[in-house]
Amino acid sequence: MSELLIDIFGKPHGIIIFQLVAAARFTIYLSLVAFSGGGVVASMITFLAVSPQPGLRKIAQTYIWFFQSIPLLMLLFLTGLGVPRLIGVDVNPWTAATISLVLFTSAYLAEVWRGAIAAVLPGQWEAGFALNISFVSTLKKVILPQAIRYGLAPTVGFMVQIIKGTSLAYIIGFSDLMLTGKRWANAPVLGSEPFIIFPIMAVIYFCICYPLAVLARKLEAEDLAKS
Amino acid sequence: MHKTDENLVVNMKKVNKWFGEFHALKDVNLSIYEGERIVVCGPSGSGKSTLIRCLNGLEKHQNGTIEVHGTVLNDNTEAVKKIRKNVGMVFQQFNLFPHLTVMENCILAPVENLHLSEAEASKLAMSFLERVQIPDQANKLPGQLSGGQQQRVAIARALCMQPRLMLFDEPTSSLDPEMIKEVLDTMVALANDGMSMICVTHELNFARRVAHRVIFMDEGKIVEDQSPKDFFENPQTDRARLFLSQILNH
Repeated sequence: MSELLIDIFGKPHGIIIFQLVAAARFTIYLSLVAFSGGGVVASMITFLAVSPQPGLRKIAQTYIWFFQSIPLLMLLFLTGLGVPRLIGVDVNPWTAATISLVLFTSAYLAEVWRGAIAAVLPGQWEAGFALNISFVSTLKKVILPQAIRYGLAPTVGFMVQIIKGTSLAYIIGFSDLMLTGKRWANAPVLGSEPFIIFPIMAVIYFCICYPLAVLARKLEAEDLAKS
Repeated sequence: MHKTDENLVVNMKKVNKWFGEFHALKDVNLSIYEGERIVVCGPSGSGKSTLIRCLNGLEKHQNGTIEVHGTVLNDNTEAVKKIRKNVGMVFQQFNLFPHLTVMENCILAPVENLHLSEAEASKLAMSFLERVQIPDQANKLPGQLSGGQQQRVAIARALCMQPRLMLFDEPTSSLDPEMIKEVLDTMVALANDGMSMICVTHELNFARRVAHRVIFMDEGKIVEDQSPKDFFENPQTDRARLFLSQILNH
């Protein structure tokens, strides 16, 4: 792979592109972890957010409000530098980045999903209750299948935000596309000037994000066609 | 029909309900007995829907007592479930589950609550779909049916839980005129089978044909509670007279 790229682009660009693409793997891994971990936490928060118990709803609202109000960069500083220093342990960048992105992702996804559930007509809940179907069963069998329609496109769209969000993790030393690119841009190597490196990085980010953006748009169009 | 405490279906005493500042039900007292068919009418905002929605706990009343089939309705989930088990409801907007077929709409609750197998529940559902005369639509989605058919499915769906009391909340108000009849015919057939019913409706002919009592509400109060004959021919209050003249002369 590396030789092939060197053959095509020569040195140093073949090497640079190889390293950037290799580093982009970690951008994708971190995005996937953030999305799946965030999705799991978001499901729980969403469940609380639509619960009939006002106390549980309040907890969910507070969680969503709190983590939506903190910039992701601040979360990264806190989990990667602040808290480890405070309690005197070493936290590796993977762990810190994962925690930050899961908190960030879960708050946003929970809000998207809560909104999708709220978009289902209240009469659907009432019909479930009038038929003596429990809250959980009504949610599972009546409400969620309908809410997915409203939530799918914004969820996929939000994945793009997560991928771009992972680029901030370089700040705590997470070795991804961003960090590798920045190192090259700073290196005193002829042909690795910032105006060359950053466009290459932008193209790689674009290649990762664009298919998702297209998918989100397609889902949205399908949804419009249905209603 | 014997009106004794044993066959009391609904017993409301001094029930009050507020939506924020709005006093929706004011000291409502109402007793309904097994087999009785009640039509509730009145101007919009008079509390008719709120009244029946309180009976199965879709709305919470703030004070007074509501007893349904001898169970006191309160915050206790078990009490609410016990009451809902015997009370079916049909809504103005049908509220069918749009992602499920007619059959799936009907069997969801019996499978969930009566612990029937899908086959048993389907058999039961089919018998009620036949009763509302749409067995041939069982595998369609609600969106493929006309309004009248959808409302008949909703009636069958409620009947599948084999309730002892049926609540109808303006069941024909969102239907095209030519579809009202098929729904009313279904309801009349149900009435002839002896089902206890409380029906919020402006269909006064239906009231004449099947109701034992007509309840007229205004501003959250029950203003009249009479036989249909007396109500239509000899309303006691000016409010009811005005209402009748408006509804009959439109």
